[in-house]
Amino acid sequence: MNNIVILPILLPLIVGVVLLLFAKNLKVQRVISGITMFALLGISLYLAHIVYYEGIKTLELGNWPAPFGIVLVADLLSSFMVLLTGIVGIVCLYFGFKTLSEARLKGYFLPFYLFLITGVNGAFLTGDLFNLFVFFEVMLISSYILIVHGGTKYQLRESLKYVIINIVASGLFIVGVAYIYAVTGTLNMADISVKVAELEQQGVLNVIAILFLLVFGMKGALFPLYFWLPKSYFGPPSAIAGLFGGLLTKVGIYCIIRVFTLIFYHDVAFTHHTVIMILAGATMFFGVLGAVSQFDFKRILSFHIISQVGYMIMGLAIFTPLALAGALYHIAHNIFVKSALFLYAGATQKVTGTTDLKKMGGLLKTHPFLGWTFFVAAMAMAGIPPLSGFFSKFALVLSGIQEEQYYIVFVGLFVGILTLFSMMKIFIYAFWGEQKLTDEEAKERKIGSVVVTILPLVALAVIMGLAAEPVFVYLLQVSEQILDPSNYINSVLKE
Amino acid sequence: MEILMILVIGVIFTVSTYLILTKSLLRVVIGVIMLGHGAHLLLLTLSGLKQGAPPLLGEEAAAYADPLPQALILTAIVISFGVTAFLLVLAYRTYKVHKTDDLDQLRGSADE
Repeated sequence: MNNIVILPILLPLIVGVVLLLFAKNLKVQRVISGITMFALLGISLYLAHIVYYEGIKTLELGNWPAPFGIVLVADLLSSFMVLLTGIVGIVCLYFGFKTLSEARLKGYFLPFYLFLITGVNGAFLTGDLFNLFVFFEVMLISSYILIVHGGTKYQLRESLKYVIINIVASGLFIVGVAYIYAVTGTLNMADISVKVAELEQQGVLNVIAILFLLVFGMKGALFPLYFWLPKSYFGPPSAIAGLFGGLLTKVGIYCIIRVFTLIFYHDVAFTHHTVIMILAGATMFFGVLGAVSQFDFKRILSFHIISQVGYMIMGLAIFTPLALAGALYHIAHNIFVKSALFLYAGATQKVTGTTDLKKMGGLLKTHPFLGWTFFVAAMAMAGIPPLSGFFSKFALVLSGIQEEQYYIVFVGLFVGILTLFSMMKIFIYAFWGEQKLTDEEAKERKIGSVVVTILPLVALAVIMGLAAEPVFVYLLQVSEQILDPSNYINSVLKE
Repeated sequence: MEILMILVIGVIFTVSTYLILTKSLLRVVIGVIMLGHGAHLLLLTLSGLKQGAPPLLGEEAAAYADPLPQALILTAIVISFGVTAFLLVLAYRTYKVHKTDDLDQLRGSADE
């Protein structure tokens, strides 16, 4: 029955290959990929359900016993992340159906979309460090293609930088794998954890820990490695930018959380409370400053990705069950809301033909449905109760005060104000003010059917806020499970 | 032998760092490729260069070498091969469209 663990990887992979056969027939591609994403959501819901009620599920590939073969591990954290991938994957796909031109969709767009999902799910589910590298590459290569898809002048220039920085990060990933294999003689993450515990994480192991932080931080856009993000996420169409902004950075964050709770948790005072704490504060602060200085819908959102990543890392840095639950809640909230906001940027771009805020105005009058649903998403982002952003920050700030980490609490609250400020800036410039479109233009450019595809994400943000208590009960169980690595180790190594 | 290999790897990493920091697009691409090579060699060297026994001789063999690093490197080489091919095409397209390979000019202005 444990075979279900591999389905979230296998299904998009196989369907992606099948779609290549229908390269010319867009209709068949749409139908197949649309159904597949719903099937994937069903599978990930079922996986999350059985992992919650029956405990951690492992699958030894080719029946090679761990730690010799590759294992797939679905614990609460990874099944939760797979579930989030399923949800945001569907919404971005259907938004893409509504907004992307036929020429773009015909250029093998959908197969690579599914390969990207394959890589992301694989990275969440694998229990082997080298296998994680391989799934990272599957994800990255698909993302290289999707980010440059369409090949405009701007996209080519910025994607090139995105590709180069990610290849450098992959090179360093191999270096990290080499070091850890030299020190521990194994690549199974549970086994590494056991060996590192025996060595008590001294000397070279701290170096390796920071090396992994660097590698995953480049993917997750931590300070000072975020410089590539705002420009490269500006280029691709919104359906892609939404998926990337919501999901891809979170894969890096997931890996940081996994590695620093399972393997490198012995020197918390140095790695978590010092290095990660400083990075969290700097990431939040400089990210939001970038957002405040911009006057472009998509660019503001891109900088916000960075500052929001800071909150997630802050939860890891404080390193208590409540803080980690807050960080995980923030990841879920951010995947929903950030993707939704990027899709709103795409919808507004469809109406106004620009993402420059100074050229917009008065959209609330002409497109009230777009305006008010955007307002809900923007307030969720800024953390206004009772929407989802409030509760993650509440948990993070509360645990920060409990642990007497006052500096990071102050930075977190201050960044919250600036987030609200830049969200209001978008709302005021784009939706209030003088109407820039003529009445005929506004009537012609109906956007309702596009906005409907975004609504599930906004609804989830509202539901997560209103049902914060059951969500936190679940997430506290997740964080207690990952804070005790013996759960993971015992179910993988079967000791 | 390991010491010699480590020195070689150090040289490769130095060269690749220098090339990645230059302005010419093609040199950056070559630098990235060399970084990959350095990383692969490091993976091979750090797990200990093997001598003597072949890797697999059944369960009763008295001595055998660890075959895992070779398997890992093979995978990594295949991946970097694919990525390099893609990167070369991308760099060429960028060069064709922008009509320059100078990264200073590929910087983009601040207000766009």
